[in-house]
Amino acid sequence: MVASAEVRVARCGGSRINFIEPIITLDSRFLLCASGDAVHVYSTSTEERVHVLQGHVDLVTGLRLNSSNHLQVYSCSLDGTVKLWDFTDGILIKTYIVGHKIFSLYVSKFHEGTVFIILPMESSANTEAFQLVALHLPKTTGPEVEARDILSVLRDVSPIPKATSFGRGGEFVASASGLQLSVYFFRKQKTYRFSLKANDKKGARNRFTCVASHPNDDCIATGHEDGKIRLWRNFSQKKEYTYSTEHWHHSAVNALHFTPEGTELLSGGVESVLVLWRYGAGSKKDFVPRLGSAIEHISVSPDGSLYCTSHKDNKIVVMKSSRDISAIIQGLVKGETIRTDLLIDPRTKALVCNGKPGHLQFFSLRHDKQLYNLDIVQQEYIHEAGLHQCEVTKAAIDAQGSWLATVEERQENPEELDIILKLWAYDESTQSFHLNTSISMAHEGQISAMCFSGDAEATMLVTTGRDGHFKAWLLADHPDAQGEGASWSCDYVGSYHRREPTRCCFSADGSLLAVGFGEVVTVWSPSTWELLVTFSQPPGDIRDLCFGRLSCSKYLLGTTTKNLLCCWNLLTCSLEWSSTVDVILLQPDPLSENMAAFSRASGSTDLFVFKPSEPRPLFSQKAVCSGTVRRAVFAPREEVLEGCDESTQWLSCSRLYFLTEHMELMTFSTKSEEDQIIASSKQLVIDDSVAVTPFYLLLGKHRKSQRETQDSVSSHTAARIQLPQGSPAIRELLHTPAHVLPSASFLCNMFVNSLLISKSGVR
Amino acid sequence: MGEFKVHRVRFFGYMPSGIRCMSFNERAERLALGRLDGTLEIFNFKDSFYQEKVIPGNDSRSVEAVCWVAERLFTAGLNGEITEYDLENLCPKYSLDAFGGPIWTVACNAQGTHLAVGCEDGSIKLFEILPEKIRFERNLDRQKGRVLSLSWHESGTRIAAGMLDMIRIFDVQSGHATHRMLVDRGVSGMRNHECVVWCVAFLSDLTVISTDSSGKVQVWNAAMGILSSTHLVSKSDVLSLAVSKDESSFVVGTSEGTVVQFQFLANILGGDEKAWVRTKTFKPHTHDVRALAEIGTAVVSGGLDTQLVVRPLLDKVDIMSYDNVLHKIHFPHRSLVSCAQKAGMLLFQFPAQLEVWRLGESEGRGKPGDTLFVKKNPEKLLQLKRKGEDHISCSAISPCGGWLAYSTVSSLRVYRLQCDEHVSISKVPKLPKVLRSAHQLSFSDDSSKLFAASTHSMVHVISLSQSECKHLHTFKPKSGSTEPVHLLAASKDGKWLAAANRGCEIHIYNLHKLKVPHCTVPIYGSCPTAMGIHPTSNNLLMVHADRQIFEYSIVEKQYTDWSRRVQREGLHKLWLERDTPVTHVTFNPRNAAQFMLHDTYMFCIIDQSLPLPDNKCQFYNQITLKSLSEQERLSHAHAFKMCTKYQHLLFLGLLDDESLVVVQRPLTDIASQLPAPVRLKKFAT
Repeated sequence: MVASAEVRVARCGGSRINFIEPIITLDSRFLLCASGDAVHVYSTSTEERVHVLQGHVDLVTGLRLNSSNHLQVYSCSLDGTVKLWDFTDGILIKTYIVGHKIFSLYVSKFHEGTVFIILPMESSANTEAFQLVALHLPKTTGPEVEARDILSVLRDVSPIPKATSFGRGGEFVASASGLQLSVYFFRKQKTYRFSLKANDKKGARNRFTCVASHPNDDCIATGHEDGKIRLWRNFSQKKEYTYSTEHWHHSAVNALHFTPEGTELLSGGVESVLVLWRYGAGSKKDFVPRLGSAIEHISVSPDGSLYCTSHKDNKIVVMKSSRDISAIIQGLVKGETIRTDLLIDPRTKALVCNGKPGHLQFFSLRHDKQLYNLDIVQQEYIHEAGLHQCEVTKAAIDAQGSWLATVEERQENPEELDIILKLWAYDESTQSFHLNTSISMAHEGQISAMCFSGDAEATMLVTTGRDGHFKAWLLADHPDAQGEGASWSCDYVGSYHRREPTRCCFSADGSLLAVGFGEVVTVWSPSTWELLVTFSQPPGDIRDLCFGRLSCSKYLLGTTTKNLLCCWNLLTCSLEWSSTVDVILLQPDPLSENMAAFSRASGSTDLFVFKPSEPRPLFSQKAVCSGTVRRAVFAPREEVLEGCDESTQWLSCSRLYFLTEHMELMTFSTKSEEDQIIASSKQLVIDDSVAVTPFYLLLGKHRKSQRETQDSVSSHTAARIQLPQGSPAIRELLHTPAHVLPSASFLCNMFVNSLLISKSGVR
Repeated sequence: MGEFKVHRVRFFGYMPSGIRCMSFNERAERLALGRLDGTLEIFNFKDSFYQEKVIPGNDSRSVEAVCWVAERLFTAGLNGEITEYDLENLCPKYSLDAFGGPIWTVACNAQGTHLAVGCEDGSIKLFEILPEKIRFERNLDRQKGRVLSLSWHESGTRIAAGMLDMIRIFDVQSGHATHRMLVDRGVSGMRNHECVVWCVAFLSDLTVISTDSSGKVQVWNAAMGILSSTHLVSKSDVLSLAVSKDESSFVVGTSEGTVVQFQFLANILGGDEKAWVRTKTFKPHTHDVRALAEIGTAVVSGGLDTQLVVRPLLDKVDIMSYDNVLHKIHFPHRSLVSCAQKAGMLLFQFPAQLEVWRLGESEGRGKPGDTLFVKKNPEKLLQLKRKGEDHISCSAISPCGGWLAYSTVSSLRVYRLQCDEHVSISKVPKLPKVLRSAHQLSFSDDSSKLFAASTHSMVHVISLSQSECKHLHTFKPKSGSTEPVHLLAASKDGKWLAAANRGCEIHIYNLHKLKVPHCTVPIYGSCPTAMGIHPTSNNLLMVHADRQIFEYSIVEKQYTDWSRRVQREGLHKLWLERDTPVTHVTFNPRNAAQFMLHDTYMFCIIDQSLPLPDNKCQFYNQITLKSLSEQERLSHAHAFKMCTKYQHLLFLGLLDDESLVVVQRPLTDIASQLPAPVRLKKFAT
C-alpha cells in the first residue's frame, strides 16, 4: 500500500567505531574510522568529528591511506565497491565497482595502482571460503569505474582484516587462518604454509588470531588464542623456518602492530593493557594499563608519534608515544544485551540506555557522540567470567527531564535477589543527575515495569513488581530528616486479585494509570487510587500497554501474548477494535498520535505505524530487519522535516530508532532527507585545514582584509577608516615573535598599506 | 597365556647421579657423559642411543669437564688432575696433576694437538697431547680469579677464557691476554655478587658467546673486544652452552631447566646482514641443565634431575624415524639387580654398597589382578659396604643364594653367604691371582662355578666349593678382540657359556671341553643388550639394541628356523620403535616355546608357536583379545604379549617357584629425592 522505496532503513550513528582498525593520517592530525556505512574523520587532538564520508550503502569493512597520495583514502564495503576519498575536504573522488562483497582492503606502497581485497571464493559452494586478490584499479576518468581486473594471490584466507599483513617493502604477504600461516612472496610467486597443532599436552591453544609484519626485517608476529605471540623468521624455508614465543597475555591476543621503525611491537587483548615489546630484546616489555576495556585493534600513526587502540566498548583511545592519552573517542556503548528501555532525555534529546556495566549512557544521536556516563551502581567493576554483576535493569525519565529513576539488580541464586530503586534529581548547576533517594528492596520480587506520570506538578513514579503489587512513589518532605530536602517515599500499594502486574502506563495528562495484571488491564485514578475500570481480552497476557496521545487520548492500546492488538475506548469503556498481529513492541510517538508496532513474522520483523483512531496503518514495511527488534524509541527531530508526503508524514517531527537483535541501532530515513544530506555535503567547503599559527593569523587576516578592500573598492561604498594602531595587521606585527615573522620586504608593503587612508574614505 | 604370582618390588632405592658434563664425538658418534659421582658413561648414538660403556666412579675423583681428543677421552676435575681413560678396560689409564688447584674446565684445540685446562688459581695450562700420554707445555699469563670456561678458536691461535666478571682473549703464541671484556653483574640486587661466566664459545668468525650467572647470554666481537648483543634468558644462572657444528645456532641451558635455542638469521631473507635471534625454548628438565651438546639433528641435554634428554630439532630432520624422536634416558642399560632364583633373594647394586633382600611371602591364591595379602614382609638381610674408593662396577649372587661376588675397577671379592637363622657373611680368602677385576660376573646354575669377564674379552672360570676356590680355565676369544664383555649367559645344564662383548661379538664356550671355543655367533651390527640360553633346547636367544631378536642353536651352530622366520617377516613397527633397550631375557619353564623380555616400560611374553604380527595387525591387542570369543581369539593372537602394567622396570625374573619378580623404581620417587628446583613464578599461583 505504501511505496517503501521512499523510506529506507538506515544505520544512523551509534554504529560500531571499533569494527575495523582506525587509521591515522600521515601528519597525525586526523583519525579515520569506519562507522557503519560511513567513514568518520576525527581530529586526533580535539576528539571532534571533522567529516563524515558518506556514500557506501553497506558496512564499511576496510580503510587504507592511498600510498601515492597521502591526502586520499581508500575504503571498501560489503556493497562491493572500493571508494577513493579526499578526507581533508570530505569529497568522494572515485568509486570502483567490484561486484562482490569485500571483507578487507590492503594497500602496499610497492604495488602502484593495485589494492588487495579479500573476497568470498567464487565457484565454490562453501561460503566460508575467502581469497585475497589483487585488484588493478583502472586509470580511466569518471566518478564510477568498473574494476574487474582481479588476480588471486592467496586462497583460503581468513576474512578478518587483522589476520593478513603485508611485509617489508611489500615483498610478501602473510595471512593466518585457523591453524595455518601462509606467506606469499610476490617476487618468487611462491606460497609457504606453516601449520601448528591445535593444542598440546600443556594446554596450548594455537589458533591464530592476528598477524603483523615487521617493517624493515623479515619477521612476522602472530598472536594466538592462548595469549602467546610468536615471532616467525626464516619463513622462506619450508623446513628450517623458526619462531620464538613470548607469553604475557592470559587469553587471546586481539591485536598486534609494529611501530613504523620496527623498534616496538604493540599487542593487546582482553586484559585492557597495551603491551609494548621491544623488538629484539627478548621478553623486555612495557605496559600501558587500565585502558578501560578489551583492546580490539591497535594502529600506529605513520610517523610513530601516536598509538591508537580500539576497545570493545566502542571507544578509540589515542595516545602519544610517551603513553599520555591525548584523546578518547567514545561511540555508543553496546553490550551483549540491553536491559533498559531506550529513553530520550527531554533536556538534551540524548538517547539513554545501558552503557558500560553498571552505567547509563547519554548518547547524542544528532552528534553521534556520547555525552556522558552516569554511574548508577557505583561499585568497582571486576572483570571475571561467571561473576554475577550488579546490572541496571530499568530506567525511566520524567517528562521534564528533572527526575531519573533506575533499578539495579543482582541475582546470584533464585533465593537471593538484590534490588535497589534509585531516584536521581537533575542538578542545574552541575548539569547532571545526583542521587536523591535510594530504596533497597522496593519490591519483594523483580521490578517488571516502571513509569513516571506526565503530570508536571506532582511527579509520581509507579513501579510494578513480581510480588503482585504495584507501588506509587511520591516526592515528599520528611519532617524528621532536616536539611536534606525532599526525598521519595511510597504513597500507595495496589494489587488486583493477587495477580502479578506486568505493565504500567500513565495517560498523557497523568490522570489515568493503566496497570496490566496478567490478562486483565486495570485503569486507576492516581489522585484517589480508585479502580475505575477493567478490560480483559483473554486468552493471553498483556505484553504492552500505552495510552493514545493528543487527539487519540481516549484510546488505550494493549498487546497480548496471544497475537492480539486491542484498542479500548476509555469513554465508552469498550473494545473499539482489535487485530490479530503478533506485536512484540508497541511504541507511541510522544509528539503525535502515531504508534509504531513491530510484529514478528517468520524470522524477520515487520513495522506498522498507525493512528489508534484510524483502522488503516499510515505506514507499513515488511522485513525491517532480520531477527527480532529488541527496543525502539521515537526521538524528536531538531527541526520539522519539510516536504513529506502522506507516507512519510509520520517521520516529520520525530524519528524512529530501533535496536536489532545484533545490537545495531537503525532508523528510518526518507529519500528527500538523504538527498538533502548528500547535496549539503558536496557543497560543503571546509575552512582551510592549515593550523592556526601566528603566521597564519597574520597572512590569513591580511588576505581577508585585502579581499574586503577589493570588495569595497568595487562597490564604491564607504569603508571605515582604520586607525594605524588599531589595524590588526600592526597588532599582529607587534605581538608576533620576530623569528616567525615573514620577510621584512613583505611586511613593509603591508605596513604601508595599512597606513594609507582609502580614497573612498576621503571622499 | 599364563598366570603368574608377581612379587612387586619397590624397595630398591636406586638413585642415579646428576649429570655434570658431556662431550660429543662426532666422528665416532659417541657421547661421553660425566656424572656428579665421577661415573663416566659412553652412549653410542649410532646404535639406538645404547649405553655402551660405563666407567665406574671413584670417591676421590670428580669429573668437572670431559673432552674427546680423536678417540681418546680426557676428564678433569676438582681434585686438580687430568685423567685419560682406557676405554677397553673401562678404567682410568693415568692421571696427571696440573698443579693449579681444582680444574674447572678442559678444552682441546681443533687440531687435536693441545689441551688447555682452566684452574682455580687463574692459570690456563697447555698440555701437549702425545700418542700415549700428555705433557705439560706452558702456562698462559696468570690472571686473578678462577678460570671457569675455555674455548679455542678454530685456528688454534686464540683462546677465550670465562672468568669471574670478565672474559679474556689470550694469544696462544705469546701467552698474553689481548682483550679483557667485562661482564655486567646484572640487576641491582645482584651487584655485590660476582658474575660467573659459566661458558664461553669461540666461533670461527671471531665471535665469542658467553653465558653467565646473571642469566645473560652475550655475544661479543673478540676482534675488537666489544659487546655486540645481550639476551636475558633467565632470572638465574645460564649454565651450559653448545654450538652447532656449522655455527648457525647454539643452545643454552639454564638452572630453571629450560634449554633456549639461538639462531644466526638474516634480518632480510637472503640478505647478508645476520644477527643472533632467540628462537625456541624447551623445558626438558626440572633442575639445572648442566650439560648440553648439539649433535646436528638434535639437542642432547642433561642436568641435576639425572635424566639424559635427546630432543630432535625437527627443522633439521628429513624423515621421521626412530633416531628423530624425543628420547629420555633415565636408567642404566644394564641390570643392577641379580636374583637368586632358588633362594628367593635379590641383590641390589649401588655404587657404594650391595643390599641383599629376601622376598616376602603371600597368602593363598586370588583371581587374576588381585593384590594378595602379604604374610611375610620382605626382609633386608644384608648391607655390604664396599672397600676402597672405587665404585662397584658389577655384582652377582648365586642362584642358591650361598655366594655373592662383586668387583670394582681395582679388586674383586667373593663372599660366602649363609642365611638360615642368622645371616652370616664371610669373605672367601685366597682368590686365584687371575681374578683382579671383572666387567661382568655370573654364577652357573648349580652355583658351583663363577664366571668373571676380565680384560681382553677373557672369561675366567672359577670353581667354588666350601673349602677353596680354584681357577679352572680362562676362555679367550679366537678373534682376539679386546672389547670388554658385558653379558654372560650360562646354560642350565652347565655345559655352555655365552659371552657378549661391546664389539658385538658373541662367543660360545663349551664348559665340558675347555680347550677350544665352541663357536662364534655371526656378528650383527648392533650391540646385544640381553641374552639367555634356553634351559631345554640350549638355543641362545639374543636381543640387540635395535630391538632385533635372534635365536641361535648352539648345538647346530646356526640360527634356528624361528629366528630365520623373524628375520624374513620382520618385526612389528611398534616393537622396533620402543624407546628403551631390552635388558633381560627369561624363559618360561612351564612352556618351552615362551620367553620373556623386558625394557623400562613393559614386559613381554613371546610365544614362538604363534604367528608373528605384521605391520597391519594390532600390536597391543590384549584388550581386544579379551573381548573376543575363544575361536576368534586364536585367529587374532600373535606371538607378542605385552604387559605395560609395571612401569619403570629395573628387573624382571622368574623364581624357581614360578613366580615373577618385578623390580620397579618409579620416577616420582627419584624426583622426590632430588633437591628442590629453582622456584619459578607460575601465572595464577
